[in-house]
Amino acid sequence: MDSQTIALQPTGRAIATDQMAEEHHARPELRHHFETEEQQREAGSFGMWLFLLTEIMFFGGLFMAYLLYRNWYYDAFVAASNQMSIPLGTANTAVLISSGFMMALGVWAAETRRKGLLVLFLILTTLLGVVFLGVKYDEYHEKWEKHHVPGAVFNYNYSEFVNPLPGDRDQTHLPIDMAQKTQVFFFLYFVMTGMHALHMIIGIGVLIWLILRARRGDFTNGYVAPIENFALYWHFVDIVWLFLFPLLYLINIHPGR
Amino acid sequence: MSQEPHDPSNVTNPEHADHHILGPLAYTAVFGTLLLFTGITVGVAYIDLGIFNPIVALGIACFKATIVILFFMHVYYSSRLVKMTVAAGFLTFLVLVTMTLTDYMSRAWGLW
Repeated sequence: MDSQTIALQPTGRAIATDQMAEEHHARPELRHHFETEEQQREAGSFGMWLFLLTEIMFFGGLFMAYLLYRNWYYDAFVAASNQMSIPLGTANTAVLISSGFMMALGVWAAETRRKGLLVLFLILTTLLGVVFLGVKYDEYHEKWEKHHVPGAVFNYNYSEFVNPLPGDRDQTHLPIDMAQKTQVFFFLYFVMTGMHALHMIIGIGVLIWLILRARRGDFTNGYVAPIENFALYWHFVDIVWLFLFPLLYLINIHPGR
Repeated sequence: MSQEPHDPSNVTNPEHADHHILGPLAYTAVFGTLLLFTGITVGVAYIDLGIFNPIVALGIACFKATIVILFFMHVYYSSRLVKMTVAAGFLTFLVLVTMTLTDYMSRAWGLW
């Protein structure tokens, strides 16, 4: 008999360690460097939140730029913001909230080990995300046709903001130098919603991978960390939109001039 | 040598947070609240409140974000470590806004 085994057995610790080692082999998703499953879960969600902190600062810089330029070029931001379609923005907000709701239900399905429901909710999350991007594409296309994409061909000579069209929500005549600054609004609009859309495209990619693994039953055996941590990411992207929607679409209907 | 007992399961640790599972009913309540407040924020945007339009809009957005964080993201049921991490993120964002605006405002004194 191995002398080391004899030395350890009276403490009782060696037996427990052997059992834990057996468990590790049976469930490869449990890592050796964690002492308990609970510790692994806590470390995972802590790490996910640290990543989301960097995301807060990433989008935070864009929100800060929006805040500053809105103060500097207030009239231009009001005029440009009133070009947004509020029905489309509202519909897209509802679609995104529904997508987050499906993701939350997916977490519940994984935690209660319902494989079929988990796959269903993940597919619905993905589909609603695709619907959101489709509506976004429609809005971008409209901006393109109206020459509202910043750059050389931007709205020719800003005439639309110097002399508003009869149907426009905002009928204020901007001086030419202020009218030029509407480009700053559209630049921030495309960067902020574009970065948000890029996060959703990445999220949809991860969702497809999660659906494939969920169909295999990877997340309905008590190991739910990938689903829970992806849900944190997906809800974070939702929250960014919850702020983009009022800032870009809503707050300039009544500018209080 | 430390006198602490070896306690990998956090049995004696009061910070220990259970793996709390929220059910479909709770999520549906949050979802309904989010849709309701989306409707409210759009409706209020059409009412002329002067300078209070952006304040109300951002207040509603903050409320919606808070219930998403607390319940969809389970922070309400998470450990104090996670709660503090989330709070640190938003505090750092406020520092970013405060210090940047302080700089810009003090360089154009009286024009803001």
